[in-house]
Amino acid sequence: MPLILTEEQTMLQDAADGFLNEQAPIAHLRKLRDERDADGVSRDLWRAFGEMGFAGVIIPEALGGMGLGAVEAGVIAESLGRTLTPSPYLGSSILSAKVLIDGGSQAQQAWLPRIAAGEAILALAVDEGAKHAPSRITTRAERAGNGFRLNGAKAFVLDGHVADALIVVATAEEGVTLFLVDPATAGVAVERTVMVDAHNAARITLTDVTVDADAVIGAVGGGEALLDGALNLGRACAASSLTGAGDQAFKTTMDYLRTRKQFGKLIGEFQALQHRAAHLFSELELARAATIGAQIALDEGREDASLAASIAKAKAGRVAELAVQEAVQMHGGVGMTDEFDVGLFMKRVRVLNELLGDAGFHAGRVARAQGF
Amino acid sequence: MTDLEQFRAETRAWLEANCPAECRGPMADDEMIWGGRNPTFKTPAHKLWLERMGARGWTAPEWPQEYGGGGLSREEAKVLASELRRIKAQPALASFGVWMLGPALLAFGTEEQKKRFLPEIVRGEVRWCQGYSEPGAGSDLASIQTRAEDRGDHWIVNGQKIWTSYADKADWIFCLVRTDPEAPKHLGISFVLFDMKTPGVTTRPITLISGKSPFCETFFDDVRVEKENLVGTLNRGWDVAKYLLAHERTMIGAMGEVGGGRPVGQVALDAIGADDAGRLDEPMLRARIADLEIDAAAFRLAMERVGDQVKAKQAHPAIASMLKYYGSELNKRRHELLMAAGGADALEWEGERSHDGKAARDWLRTKANSIEGGTSEVQLNIIAKHLLQLPGA
Ligand SMILES: Cc1cc2nc3c(=O)[nH]c(=O)nc-3n(C[C@H](O)[C@H](O)[C@H](O)COP(=O)(O)OP(=O)(O)OC[C@H]3O[C@@H](n4cnc5c(N)ncnc54)[C@H](O)[C@@H]3O)c2cc1C
Repeated sequence: MPLILTEEQTMLQDAADGFLNEQAPIAHLRKLRDERDADGVSRDLWRAFGEMGFAGVIIPEALGGMGLGAVEAGVIAESLGRTLTPSPYLGSSILSAKVLIDGGSQAQQAWLPRIAAGEAILALAVDEGAKHAPSRITTRAERAGNGFRLNGAKAFVLDGHVADALIVVATAEEGVTLFLVDPATAGVAVERTVMVDAHNAARITLTDVTVDADAVIGAVGGGEALLDGALNLGRACAASSLTGAGDQAFKTTMDYLRTRKQFGKLIGEFQALQHRAAHLFSELELARAATIGAQIALDEGREDASLAASIAKAKAGRVAELAVQEAVQMHGGVGMTDEFDVGLFMKRVRVLNELLGDAGFHAGRVARAQGF
Repeated sequence: MTDLEQFRAETRAWLEANCPAECRGPMADDEMIWGGRNPTFKTPAHKLWLERMGARGWTAPEWPQEYGGGGLSREEAKVLASELRRIKAQPALASFGVWMLGPALLAFGTEEQKKRFLPEIVRGEVRWCQGYSEPGAGSDLASIQTRAEDRGDHWIVNGQKIWTSYADKADWIFCLVRTDPEAPKHLGISFVLFDMKTPGVTTRPITLISGKSPFCETFFDDVRVEKENLVGTLNRGWDVAKYLLAHERTMIGAMGEVGGGRPVGQVALDAIGADDAGRLDEPMLRARIADLEIDAAAFRLAMERVGDQVKAKQAHPAIASMLKYYGSELNKRRHELLMAAGGADALEWEGERSHDGKAARDWLRTKANSIEGGTSEVQLNIIAKHLLQLPGA
């Protein structure tokens, strides 16, 4: 497949950009932040997002979605990265939906039409510590009655505090197992964590939480493959959001270089800045290529898809980081002010970088895959 | 089976049957097959491999069949490339004709020129060199001084070129000459072709810090050039030159992709060893190598994506500067790391064990990647001016 968008995918991109720029530009994030909104995310916007079909991008048509693939999922994630719109897209429409599509029972899949419609928000609770480490799950699932008893603590759960259902990753005797858990169940405690980028995450503790056997998603002990599938798609989408955010910060910076005057010249005339801008442009081209390359690998079900997702996440993360740092630096003093948007991009990129494994985490995976 | 799957199956079968065992696996730079009137082949198998690939037009897979090319679509060419990689096939032909002159002739040449020059390029029968740079005209290439005086049906060329790669081995040269000394510097240049055996052409080698010398100073002393060998319009040779440079830049950029030889991580494992968990026992170096591999993987995709954009007519011509800039800097980084990974072994300059200091010589040679074909600084200027439209650039 060519590494460029098809006509249909470009139309989807235009639709997503159009919708978000109109309904949820950066001012939307500022408003939620400044009003200290309890949810940190707009349910009305999310429903409208669902009506556009975006929330169900990967959900099969028979279940109310668009039935599309990773490239399209990335197209929407990139738009969200450009407008910095807080939304349950990654946690609900990608990570949780992917788990349910691949491993959910019929009853569990009943959530999918509601996710697609933007009516329900689901959250995947995987990480436990400060850093992403899906291979070290200490949350325990012990057999109890006809079901399980869960004990453990989760951190960095996207939209955990507004979720209608949680997908909890735990270790049972048989191995990693995923559970669909109602957050209202006794023993579940949810605490919203207000993050630097004004997006949403929560800490969740599970103390003797009992669930029925039918809460298990897929097979007991069979959670690893399901989780991998969701995480890889999630990483590719996070790479798109990083690319989107990095590129938007870059564009803003280029506009500034073309208009700001010092020493009687436009600052964009200084070669010291031109060369850094041109370097950054080159880096962004690589991030874009790595990202769409990973998404195509996922859509084609290739063996190297997981590696490709790591390459994309690492590359897009490092590049976006460079883009926002250069954005602030080249804006000079105003780049440090809250009034200018570039700082918001810097904060968002920091969070996206930490999400689902930072560049170091993925570099480690790449080294391992290449045997050194 | 789709057409493309069928093409893959047929290609795989053909390559299995036709690529000799001697032509698979890593190949040293100085073993490359350049063809030409006096070709040198590493083994007889390499000669056969070139003949077979040349006959199919697969040394220039995407050129039209009527000019000897393979006539493949972009997707088919990608399949061919991946199948060649799969069996670690060595390049059948290294050729400035394929990489640089051919595309320019396809775009600017007359029908006669295409019919005459392209098929012999594909088959590796004529070896070309590039006469662009002069002692006073490097980054500022358009300020060349080599003069071509009009003598009715031919020109008489006088002047000097420098850095002409393989001028001493080449059969023909594509050359920038000044045909109108009065015009502004970009508007008085013409692009001409001539035989290096023409009386008045002499070359003198230049030795590089890598100890190798494929480079020459080239002198023209009353060289007669027929007018039928003008490519494009008189005094508008700069258009041809720029077009060709874009291909040269993409080609140099691609060096970051090939890398050749063994992966850096494996070289490092051999020299340093692994820890108990099987990881390279030098965490900082491991991290740097992993970062390089991430960039290399992303760069390969960026090359492929630009190719897709070109095919879809979505690419800005100056995007070649991005590939050149990034690819050559990446290749330098790879060789710095290869030196670090190889440790003392990589420092050897002579002797069989080190293949005559291959690692060190290759490392030194890569330093020219960000100079030849236009320096990194010049590429960044082009990106800033043409792709980013920054002021005054
Ligand atoms: C190994 C090798 C092979 C080559 N092969 C060929 C060949 O086959 N045929 C051929 O014709 N030529 C060839 N060249 C020549 C090559 O294209 C030139 O060396 C190159 O374009 C740079 O020119 P220069 O050496 O005169 O450096 P200069 O132009 O003198 O540059 C010196 C320094 O100034 C910087 N600089 C110059 N202008 C600017 C600017 N505007 N902004 C910022 N920095 C600037 C440069 O980046 C560089 O760092 C080869 C060169 C090498 C090293």
